[in-house]
Amino acid sequence: MADSAPAEGGVHGDDETRRDFLYLVTGAATAVGTAAFVWPLIDNMNPSADVLALSSTEVDLSPVEVGQSITAVWRGKPVFIRHRTTEEIEAARNVDLNDLLDPEPDEARAEKPEWLIMVGICTHLGCIPLGQRSSEPRGDWGGWFCPCHGSHYDTSGRVRRGPAPKNLEVPDPLVYLTDTLIRIG
Amino acid sequence: MNGFLQIPIVRWFEQRLPIFGFIDDHLVTYPAPRNLNYWWNFGSLAGIALVIQIVTGIVLAFHYTPHADMAFASVEHIMRNVNYGWLLRYIHANGASMFFLVVYIHILRGLYYGSYKSPREVLWWLGLVIFLLMMATAFMGYVLPWGQMSYWAATVITNLFTAIPWVGESITTLLWGGFIVDNPTLNRFYSLHYLLPFVVVGVVMLHLWALHVNKSNNPLGIDMQGPQDTLPFHPFYTTKDTLGLGVFLLVLAYFVFFNPNYFGHPDNYIPANSLVTPPHIVPEWYFLPYYAILRAIPDKLLGVIAMFGSILILFALPWLDTSPVRSAKFRLIYKHVYWFLVADTVVLGWVGANPPEGKFILIGQLATAYYFLHFLVVMPLVGKFEPTRPVPEGIATAVLKGGGARGSRRRTHGQGVMRGVVPAALAAMLGLGLAGQAAAESHALPAHGWSFDGVFGSFDQAAMQRGFQVYKEVCAGCHGVEYIAFRNLQDIGFGLDDVKAIAAEYEVEDGPDDEGEMFTRPGIPADRIPSPFANEQAARAANNGALPPDLSLITKARTGGPDYLYAILTGYDEPPADIELGEGMSYNPYFPGKQIAMPEPLFDDAVEYTDGTPATPEQMAEDVTHFLAWAAEPELEVRKRLGVKVMLFLIVLTALFYATKRKVWSKAEH
Repeated sequence: MADSAPAEGGVHGDDETRRDFLYLVTGAATAVGTAAFVWPLIDNMNPSADVLALSSTEVDLSPVEVGQSITAVWRGKPVFIRHRTTEEIEAARNVDLNDLLDPEPDEARAEKPEWLIMVGICTHLGCIPLGQRSSEPRGDWGGWFCPCHGSHYDTSGRVRRGPAPKNLEVPDPLVYLTDTLIRIG
Repeated sequence: MNGFLQIPIVRWFEQRLPIFGFIDDHLVTYPAPRNLNYWWNFGSLAGIALVIQIVTGIVLAFHYTPHADMAFASVEHIMRNVNYGWLLRYIHANGASMFFLVVYIHILRGLYYGSYKSPREVLWWLGLVIFLLMMATAFMGYVLPWGQMSYWAATVITNLFTAIPWVGESITTLLWGGFIVDNPTLNRFYSLHYLLPFVVVGVVMLHLWALHVNKSNNPLGIDMQGPQDTLPFHPFYTTKDTLGLGVFLLVLAYFVFFNPNYFGHPDNYIPANSLVTPPHIVPEWYFLPYYAILRAIPDKLLGVIAMFGSILILFALPWLDTSPVRSAKFRLIYKHVYWFLVADTVVLGWVGANPPEGKFILIGQLATAYYFLHFLVVMPLVGKFEPTRPVPEGIATAVLKGGGARGSRRRTHGQGVMRGVVPAALAAMLGLGLAGQAAAESHALPAHGWSFDGVFGSFDQAAMQRGFQVYKEVCAGCHGVEYIAFRNLQDIGFGLDDVKAIAAEYEVEDGPDDEGEMFTRPGIPADRIPSPFANEQAARAANNGALPPDLSLITKARTGGPDYLYAILTGYDEPPADIELGEGMSYNPYFPGKQIAMPEPLFDDAVEYTDGTPATPEQMAEDVTHFLAWAAEPELEVRKRLGVKVMLFLIVLTALFYATKRKVWSKAEH
């Protein structure tokens, strides 16, 4: 290229490369712009600011007597709160972790042994298990029973049988503001 | 494309559904006249505008609530809480104006180059059907935010049908689903507003089908005779169209990010009230000419007929135009008459934006008369008697013969027309938007100058915090800010702990508790700031019958915005001798009617600023206005910052589109 007059083909080839590069850059810029426009179309579906702001709930435990259960609401989800009897606590603690589908000691799930606090949503496909009332079936381990697909949970809310893969979730963060007042979220 | 079609799996699919061949036939190798100028961009732009409206509209529908009690609040929810909600709503609202702008230019192009003439009559009709559907869709969309303008637009437009003899009243009742515009009306409008755009898509398909039967018209208005007259649609017109798209997006982005309420009306930020009509109601700018025609005729039924007739008459255009020559380029008289019609419609729009009084009545009547005269008398006569310049034999011979000189001159002509028309159309649109606003203004407002003005404007946090203090200690006795939650105060520079402390000072009603009773508790950041009165009746009872308006949107809901607010707060004065004040009223020249029920609110040291700023009335007025300007547009800073980035990106993109278009077209002989 440097010496003498450039050959016709050379100029043509050079021009071709420049053109291809231009098309590439234009195409890439268009793709970037389109992607940037698509993001608001997706992100708007995420929880809005007012929904995120409502992410904590306080619950007063004092009216719940031993053996009773209540259901609180956190982010629209049911939170099972059971004031456990000593038998229930023992049943939950005297378990060989090897027998569990999702091994987890009860001590890690209930900070104060008498209070078991969990999100009441079956980890299989999101139904609400039965067992909050004493008249409801509580499954073979005396905890909760999910009527949708037959998962059994024990008195620590751990899955013992059925299609559910995980124990009922303990809400995080969960803070005892006083002995009988908790804040979830 | 041909190579692509040879891939075995593509061929297998193609034999069963020839979709790639279809795309190839209609978007790639499709033969377009080689001489289309930039006027021909506006068809594809209209298509893209439609897509933008549909996409943003579907997303907005995720968050909007079509209920008379909740619609207005749900729009504010979109603006304040939904991620990018303000962006989507402003694109949708301004996109509607841009859609009309583009479609009007598209129609004017057809009118100038005779695109409605044989054999394209059905194509023209389908375009008019799209236009009518668009108007219905836009109108019903305008009703959805359920502000004062929404409500009264719905009332006035549906009342047009009462003009029909015998059955008019029944039809209107049927449209309303009641005895006034109310929740049933809103619900059906929402349903139809969602439906009609898809009907438009269907008619657009027919429009394109009809277009591709006889192919595009062109600036010469003569038929294509062979391959020498054509260029493949891709890459020539795809690149030309994308260049136009870049410019279109720049204009849209300017309004979305820097002037989003330009085409709107402040009154639409006041919730709908079926008992009070705003003093000056005008439609959106794109309906103003028809509105002027409606008002020009002092008879209800005839006015309505004239208004609808002004569009329906266009269906007969292929026969009203008697000239054998399509393009106005070769028609020595029509060329000028055409621009006279354009000017006439702009005048109609200007009249429509102004109140029907004084000179506007006569001008409106003359302009209306000419509008119909143009189509019914001028066009048929001009077509019969005007001399025409000789029409070229073929496109290629006209465009290519004689080499660069003639060709480039011709192009310059085409571009010259464009250069005049687009700014003219934009100016007309801007002017009509402005005229609508200006007409509503009563007393000239002194411009104050705010830190949040302009492209790079931002809020002053110290001023907003002082302003919040003024609001809390002075205004909050009577006025609420119902769309502001305590957590939002973090935006004006308070820390989370400050916000918690502020919230805890308020009692918030909650419940019901386990006994079914409502109870009060200290506020938390997620709560909205409680309003001073439980309802309108309580507010009126405590305020001598006057209703202190909620202030969350006040700077958007009043013409003049922050300047108006500042002027009101500092404008109290002794009444002139000729004004007799009503009982309990104060004189304020900036308030409509000059008598205001609110006593002068700000006196020296009405608050004690913690930062030591002297609390003069002017200072407090400025601070509280600053706070309320933020309350009305909390997204302002984010919007402008994103806007600068988007504009820069679009400028680069448009430059790339331009370079690509030039490169591609350098290969074409022209």
